[in-house]
Amino acid sequence: METVFTPWQSLGGGMLIGAASILLMATLGRIMGATGVLAGLFSPANASDFGWRALVLLGMVSGPVVVWTVTGQMPQVQVPVSSTMLVIGGFIVGIGVTFGSGCTSGHGVCGMARLSPRSIAATLTFMLTTGLTVYVIRHVLGG
Amino acid sequence: MRHIAAYISGLIFGVGISISGMANPAKVLNFFDVFGTWDPSLIFVMGGALVTTFIGYRVVLRRPAPALSDTFKLPTRRELDLPLLGGAATFGVGWGIAGFCPGGALPALGTGRPEVITFAAALIAGILVAKVLQRYVIPKAAQA
Repeated sequence: METVFTPWQSLGGGMLIGAASILLMATLGRIMGATGVLAGLFSPANASDFGWRALVLLGMVSGPVVVWTVTGQMPQVQVPVSSTMLVIGGFIVGIGVTFGSGCTSGHGVCGMARLSPRSIAATLTFMLTTGLTVYVIRHVLGG
Repeated sequence: MRHIAAYISGLIFGVGISISGMANPAKVLNFFDVFGTWDPSLIFVMGGALVTTFIGYRVVLRRPAPALSDTFKLPTRRELDLPLLGGAATFGVGWGIAGFCPGGALPALGTGRPEVITFAAALIAGILVAKVLQRYVIPKAAQA
C-alpha cells in the first residue's frame, strides 16, 4: 500500500510531540514515554501516580478527536496487516517494551534528547530489527 | 493544576502523533520498507520531535525542580544489559509485524477503529505477562 510523503505535516507533528515531552517534564518532571506512562498504570506507586498517568493517556486519546473537530477529518489509520498480525505484533511489542524499558517515545525521543547511552543503544537496536522484520515479511516471505 | 498539565501534555502528544502519521501503520511500515513502497516521512517526525525536545530539555532541566512536582524523575542507569537490548530487539520485531508502536497506537485509540483496539489489547496483555515474568518467574529461576 503506497502512502503519500508528508514532510511538513510530519515535521509539525514531530515538533508537537517534542512540545508535549517538554511540557510534561517542565510541569510534572516526567518522561513522556507511552510505554512508561501506560505500564505504570498497572502498578502505580499511589493514587496520585495513577492519576497523572490516566490523564496523560486520556489526553492522548483525545488527540484524534481534536484533529477531527478542527479539520473535519479523523487522522488516517490504514492497517495493511491482518488481525492475527496485530495480535501477535501487539503482544510481542508489549513484552519487548517492558523488558527494554521504553519504546519510540521514551527511548527514541526523550532518552535520545538526554543523550542517554541506554536510549541510543535501544533506539538503534529496535530501528534495525523493525527494518529487518519488514524486509523479511515483505520481500522474503512476500506478505 | 497537575491534572490539567498531565491532560494537556497528553493532548498535545496525541495531536502531534495524529498529524505526524505515526498513528498510521501503513505509513510507519512504508518508512521501514526502503526497498519497496518507501515513505521517508517518519524521519521528519523523529527529527522534529528530537530536536525540539533536545533544546527544550536543555532549558527545563537547568531548573532545580519541575513547576508542579518535587523532583525530575529521570532514569539514571547507564549500563547496556541484556533486558534492554533484547527487549528493544523484540519490540522492533513486533513493531515490524503490526506497524503500531505504543506511542502511535494509544492516541489512535481515539479514532475508535477496531484494529487499534485489537492491537492495544494485545499490547497490554504483553506488558502484563512481561511484568509477571520480571517479578515472579525470572527472580525465582535466577535463585534456583
